[in-house]
Amino acid sequence: MKLKIATLAVGAVMAAAPVMADLVFPSLSYRTGPFAAGGIPFADGYSDYFTLLNERDGGIGGEAIRVPECETAYNTEKGVECYEALKGEGALVFQPLSTGITYQLIPKSAADDIPVHSMGYGRTSAKNGKVFSHVFNYPVNYWDGASVGVNHFKEQAGGSLEGKKITLLHFNGAYGKEPIPTLTKLAEVEGFDFNAIPIDYPGQEQKSQWLQIRRERPDYVLFWGWGVMNQVAVQEAANIRFNMENFMGIWWSGSENDVIPAGAGANGYKALQFHNVGSDFPVFADIQKYVVDAGKAAGAGDQVGTVLYNRGVYAAFLAAEAAATAQAATGNSSITAGDMRDAMEALEINEAKMAAAGLPGFGPTFTVTCENHGGGGMAAVSQWDAASQSWSLISDFSASDSSIVDPLIMADSAAYATENNLPERCN
Amino acid sequence: MPDQFLFAIEVMINGLMAGVLYALVALGFVLIFKSSGIFNYAQGVFALFAALTLVGLQEGQIPFSHLINAIFGTHIHHFGWHIHSVIAIAMTVAVMVLLAILVERYILRHLVNQPDIILFMATIGLAYFMEGFGDLMWGSEIKTLDIGLPQGGSFWIEENTAWLGGENFYGFFIDRLDIVAAIVAAILVLALTLFSQYTKQGRALRAVADDHQAALSVGISLRYIWVLVWAIAGIVALVAGIMWGSKSGVQFSLSLIALKALPVLMLGGFTSIPGAIVGGLIIGVGEKLFEFTIGAPFLGGATENWFAYVLALLFLVFRPQGLFGDKIIERV
Amino acid sequence: MIYRESGDYSTTYAQDSQTFPIRFDRYRFYAVVFVAYCIIPFIINDYWASAIFVPFLIYAIAAIGLNILTGFCGQVSLGTGGFMAVGGYSVYKLMTSFPDVNIAIHVLLAGLITAGVGILFGLPSLRIKGFYLAVATLAAQFFLVWLFNRVPWFYNYSASGMINSPERTIFGYIVTGPSTEAWAKYLICLVFLTLCAVLARNMTRGTLGRKWMAIRDMDIAAEIIGVDPLKAKLSAFAISSFFIGIAGALFFAVYLGAAEAGDSFGITKSFLVLFMIIIGGLGSIFGSFAGAAFMVLMPVLLKNVLVGQLGWATDLAAHLEFVIVGALIIIFLIMEPHGLAQLWRLAKEKLRLWPFPH
Repeated sequence: MKLKIATLAVGAVMAAAPVMADLVFPSLSYRTGPFAAGGIPFADGYSDYFTLLNERDGGIGGEAIRVPECETAYNTEKGVECYEALKGEGALVFQPLSTGITYQLIPKSAADDIPVHSMGYGRTSAKNGKVFSHVFNYPVNYWDGASVGVNHFKEQAGGSLEGKKITLLHFNGAYGKEPIPTLTKLAEVEGFDFNAIPIDYPGQEQKSQWLQIRRERPDYVLFWGWGVMNQVAVQEAANIRFNMENFMGIWWSGSENDVIPAGAGANGYKALQFHNVGSDFPVFADIQKYVVDAGKAAGAGDQVGTVLYNRGVYAAFLAAEAAATAQAATGNSSITAGDMRDAMEALEINEAKMAAAGLPGFGPTFTVTCENHGGGGMAAVSQWDAASQSWSLISDFSASDSSIVDPLIMADSAAYATENNLPERCN
Repeated sequence: MPDQFLFAIEVMINGLMAGVLYALVALGFVLIFKSSGIFNYAQGVFALFAALTLVGLQEGQIPFSHLINAIFGTHIHHFGWHIHSVIAIAMTVAVMVLLAILVERYILRHLVNQPDIILFMATIGLAYFMEGFGDLMWGSEIKTLDIGLPQGGSFWIEENTAWLGGENFYGFFIDRLDIVAAIVAAILVLALTLFSQYTKQGRALRAVADDHQAALSVGISLRYIWVLVWAIAGIVALVAGIMWGSKSGVQFSLSLIALKALPVLMLGGFTSIPGAIVGGLIIGVGEKLFEFTIGAPFLGGATENWFAYVLALLFLVFRPQGLFGDKIIERV
Repeated sequence: MIYRESGDYSTTYAQDSQTFPIRFDRYRFYAVVFVAYCIIPFIINDYWASAIFVPFLIYAIAAIGLNILTGFCGQVSLGTGGFMAVGGYSVYKLMTSFPDVNIAIHVLLAGLITAGVGILFGLPSLRIKGFYLAVATLAAQFFLVWLFNRVPWFYNYSASGMINSPERTIFGYIVTGPSTEAWAKYLICLVFLTLCAVLARNMTRGTLGRKWMAIRDMDIAAEIIGVDPLKAKLSAFAISSFFIGIAGALFFAVYLGAAEAGDSFGITKSFLVLFMIIIGGLGSIFGSFAGAAFMVLMPVLLKNVLVGQLGWATDLAAHLEFVIVGALIIIFLIMEPHGLAQLWRLAKEKLRLWPFPH
């Protein structure tokens, strides 16, 4: 890539067209705009893992991989343009990476027969494969996140949340409003007081919200934020000396970007994760060797091992595993988006597969079925250590309370099915 | 005293502090509008660019490193030095002055005597340009801005006011960064007032604001004044960028603080420096108190954004030219 | 030349009052309409429809609407995004509440609802003028977005507050929902745009338009010669909002298919449409088209050239896009300060005199 740009910059016409490869994994990245800080590491990780497969293994099953990137700037309209441009290139699976684009693609994906993988974001009820044929949100969704978070607090409180007060501080939009139904339900079951405090985009000014928290002194605060909202919230929590032990963000509010600006004050802040953190896995040594040192990294190469980079790697790993499953199922190394969808529906992630990819214990083990597009709903809790500037998992991957989450998913997906007149699948 | 009343006071104090921060952004708009009639849409982007430059210089980042790496295949990122924040601020001021000169030289000079809307449009172009240019120069990753300003609630105030209320009241919360911002804003306004009242350049500036033609005819150089004004606005943007950037890190969203300044401008009047300050305070207190009394308990929260405009609207219905704006005299 | 040789020679009233008095203009207009209706629908594909034509057509409707208010009547508005949200959410509620009624009627009704909301937020314009008026429309922008986010009734109580457009047909052809063919999407927007443009063109050169322009140029003077500012201003708000509401309805139902108040109809949308009419030319219907084309096509074009043709990294290309669009705006301004429409008029003027300019 860099060489190519170099040739161009001196005014030459592009010397060689990109090698036409058969497996296309488009990357709808956002390296600009209000959420760039979160988009860059993810896009780097996603791209670098595929580059690694190309360089080390010669692709997947002998087929080379191509990762065309398209800049969305987290803007739905640009996302539409990217989708239309890339779907013609034989895209196998889309990772829309924004709530708006995901919702936009949910109906389209079925019409175009291209699967969408919204990993840990997007529409929660897409877990119900009976309604959403082409949308996958494994390994975990927001409602699982809410449930796992509450379970963690429950454990922290000594087994009961009776009479406790939990506040949800959230982005005032579709993304932030997702966990409210689950938390309302959990409040009934567990007997805690629940209230939600919305923050408007972009969220640079959160004085009112934090003064409210300071007045009401909730025992625990859950946080659904993204972009500058994260940094400000962590900073303000430190300012009012809220006990960081009791302040937990969703996985999109738990990266290095979010805590470093607050300095030592952020120490102890927790965040949910659905994959492991740190760079202590064999795959990162390989990425360093085959990708970064070879000058083939998608970004500057300085993001390796950060939370969101790992998430990009994990997304790429899941996509590559699904592609391998599809190859095995069809007996053909070149696969179509339809094959990819079928394979995603039959995906099984176990320890052996993760270890083989150089990612032992990196994420939860789970299986995807026709009815269940959401995996096992397992998440872990991580905590920030300001002194060593690192995140570490402080719990195992644990499952959400499916007796609460599943009925909600059924209800919401049923409403979608009636509104759009969709027949039930998997019968 | 009942706690609820104390809380209201606390909200008010914090509203005042937030108002000062809004006013800092609004000030830049007012300066330019007053002297040249331009609504500078790029002011928010200026704040971002100034803060990016400050961090970049302080951390010894190589400008355009991303572009250079992409073209030449190199791997350069940092010069490997850290500059003291005072020197970095001085260098950033120099950059902002240079920027003002370039803006005058390549844009304003060609658009003398054009209607306001045209100049407004030019600043839209400038905003687009600077947004891309800033990112290209310094990269779009989030950067931590630390020039040694204090952060966090003041213990001293908290401890010494806790006795006022019952056991649910923990003393007033006031962010130390906000106190610094208030002091800096006060110094800034004082300096600007002194400058425009007692220096030759300041008087020339006011003359231009009053009447371009008349100012030109007594020999005031319009170009010089424009460079001066844009440079000052750039410095004000730097101050705003530092204050907001210290809290959230320097990133794209910093350019969106301009939105918080709009109701302040409307309320205070586009042409009045005291108006920006008073407007900022009214908006800050008004939106926070509304959120506290009505917004959060009854309307589900997040009402601040629109209430700021509704508040400004209420004032404008009674004073259509803004609180301190020049009286609109219409002749047929 | 192909233009008038010297002056107008109209012999009938019909001739005198036609929309395009110059024959060449008229033929050019017919040619554009012919291409738009009879050629493009047959060759259009998904990419061209979704990425270029549909957004362009919808933004053109919104720009015409805003141009009526700002360009013709002189009332600055930064509430376009909020009014588009009214259109989008109205059409959603109508579509889901009355699934059997034709979608075209829903879109028009959404426009009417938006017109009502527009009048409400236009009331302060009777007292507040100039840039200050922007505060009233900004209040509308932020309040409406907050409202649609806050009240679950607007999004039928779905868990996240997103609205999805269900499948609807016109004459048996699907026009909304995921299975819509590219040409159907394109044609429905084109028909609405044509209707809006014809309506706007004729309104702006009739009594109403003259009243608006009188108000724009000086409202006190206009009042003295007998223009009722209340009627003129509020009618401008109503008609402008009607168009913007239609644009919002199409934006949600046909273009995006799924929307959320803050994300799809935020303040950036208001600024974007305002930029379109300023860059295109205030007080010109053609300018609305030119501005919409510039703001929609330029980024896509630049992206395709920089990333697709030259192979630059996407982030560098995105940054350069901003730099180039910004520089182009400034260069255009310095060359021709009155927008693309004036550039067009000048070109026509030059052509008319060619080859004897003196």
